[in-house]
Amino acid sequence: MKRLLALTTLLATPAFAEGELKVYHWFEYIPQELVDKFTAETGITVTIDTYDSNEAMLASLKAGKLGQYDVAVPGDYMVEIMRGEGILGEYAPEEMPNFANIEPQWLDVPFDPGRKHSIPYQWGSTAFSVNRDVYQGDINSLGIIFNPPEELKGKINVLDSQGEVLALGSLYLGIPQCTTDREQLKALNDMLLAAKENWASFGSDIAKDVLVSGDAAAGMIYNGFSAKARAEGANVEYAFPKEGYVLWMDNMVLLKDAPNRDNAIKFMNFLLDPQNAAAVTNYAAYSPGVKGATEFLDAAIKDSPENNPPADQKGEFIIACDAETQALYDAIWTNLKK
Amino acid sequence: MAGAAPTPSPEAGGSDATYARLRRPLLAPTWTVIGVFLLLPVLLMVVYSFLTKEFRGGVEWDFTLAAYDQFFVTRGLFGDEPAQIEWTYITIFWRSIWQAGLATFLCLLIGFPTAWFIATRPEASRPIWLFLITIPYWVNLLIRTVSLRFILRDQGPMNDALIGLGVISQPLEILNTNLAVQLGLFYSYLPFMVLPIYAAVERYNFALSEAAADLGANRWRALFEVVLPVVRPGIVAGCILVFVPALGAFLAPDLLGGAKTFMIGSLIDEQFRGSQGNWPFGAAVSVILMTLVLIVLMIQARAAARAGQ
Repeated sequence: MKRLLALTTLLATPAFAEGELKVYHWFEYIPQELVDKFTAETGITVTIDTYDSNEAMLASLKAGKLGQYDVAVPGDYMVEIMRGEGILGEYAPEEMPNFANIEPQWLDVPFDPGRKHSIPYQWGSTAFSVNRDVYQGDINSLGIIFNPPEELKGKINVLDSQGEVLALGSLYLGIPQCTTDREQLKALNDMLLAAKENWASFGSDIAKDVLVSGDAAAGMIYNGFSAKARAEGANVEYAFPKEGYVLWMDNMVLLKDAPNRDNAIKFMNFLLDPQNAAAVTNYAAYSPGVKGATEFLDAAIKDSPENNPPADQKGEFIIACDAETQALYDAIWTNLKK
Repeated sequence: MAGAAPTPSPEAGGSDATYARLRRPLLAPTWTVIGVFLLLPVLLMVVYSFLTKEFRGGVEWDFTLAAYDQFFVTRGLFGDEPAQIEWTYITIFWRSIWQAGLATFLCLLIGFPTAWFIATRPEASRPIWLFLITIPYWVNLLIRTVSLRFILRDQGPMNDALIGLGVISQPLEILNTNLAVQLGLFYSYLPFMVLPIYAAVERYNFALSEAAADLGANRWRALFEVVLPVVRPGIVAGCILVFVPALGAFLAPDLLGGAKTFMIGSLIDEQFRGSQGNWPFGAAVSVILMTLVLIVLMIQARAAARAGQ
């Protein structure tokens, strides 16, 4: 289908001699009009193949697709994994005039320090939401989930996802991610076991539904899910807790052995243009990481409380630990759910 | 499809030589199905359980017992304490077996009278009763489990109705408890109990019950000493058909029990999800589960053989 669309644009564009671009992308994550605009501006034909998970993308690249695609769009931790696997290409900021448009906070990210391989695509956060009909108090702390007030006990849903639960738990206790300190890991283990007593359920797909239906009065949730719950009429407020929250970011990376490297750089530069970044955000409803994009956003997305963390409350990306450390976290998770 | 057997010509039909000649090609489809869809996957699972876990999903082709070691032995969170028996996974197995066993017992308790009722209706109306039993199962199991979740909710129809009728004043908090899991398992697998028992009871010669009564047996004695031995194969088949899938179930524990505690099914599921998975361990848990089920089936088969002698 996408190939067909790309072919159509090819026929409609006189300057097809400019070559092509092979994009490996999530399904339904870029508006076709934006791709057409790129083709119209540059004469480059864009072919898009899609995947539905970071792991599927990595597996497919490692299984021999590397060298066939120019760019892909991995999540934060996957950028780090791909960097470790040595399957990313490298570019210099001077190659991209729009590189300066990257918001300063997304420049020196832990998964790609100094942005040598990737540019921001979209970002969002994971924290929790509270039903304000049930609880009117302060929701500024992760204690709402991990040491809940009486009104919320037994009415909390947490994400059934090891990464998010353990990262938020670590933030609550103020211990670093991927720590190997025994006392800290034991404290995390004990805190989670005690907190579980007050949780009603673990569930990721149901995170929004339980808040809307009233099954849960508070729940760990992705910011986009919480916005949808609000749109569906639930009186829920999304919190940006003072201890911190989990950040996620999808990034466009230059792949190693990209067959059309120059065109890939042009495309990444194109996506760093504020108007184009805003076009992606208006389609995907997350947040752009590009300066000046805000003014081109639809009002509902621009003013959404879930998309606008307070300036002084910072989030953290989930860090990909090494194998030995990860085994400790796996054990804590199994311990929590046994 | 491999082994598309030639149709025997009508004039050759019935001759022993023809059957002998066609035996292999005629059996080929069966063997292909068993080989490709049964033996190969099981073999793959057994092999994988002895491979080394690749960090972030997948396997490396180094043979090891690490997965089984992880199941049975613990050396503390940091791996430097003296080796002890790991109770975590055994507990998960025990919980699953207990839940599946209870579900089987409940299915038998409700399923036997139901099957008896249907089998004793006039012959013309029996298909209608069977039809009614199977209707809910035209809907996908996932949809039915989600629906059950909706019904059991604190503010769901069941609680609303009970409060409306004045039976209770506070909503029953059933969702996200083991009771809800139990209800889900029972509901999901009930027809697997009813149908085989029905098939056995339908063949039962009711004159035997009358004979028992004539010879002075009361109703209970007739049930336990005459009826049950005769319909036993149906009961055993029903119990196996309920127990085995209930043991590996993960929809009910996840959606109705709130996924708070691992069951065997969800433990295995977790090992193959995302980047934190552990394929060899998931395969090893499956192998251990399969071994347990096989042992139960073998004991049953031996007991049946002994009873038949």
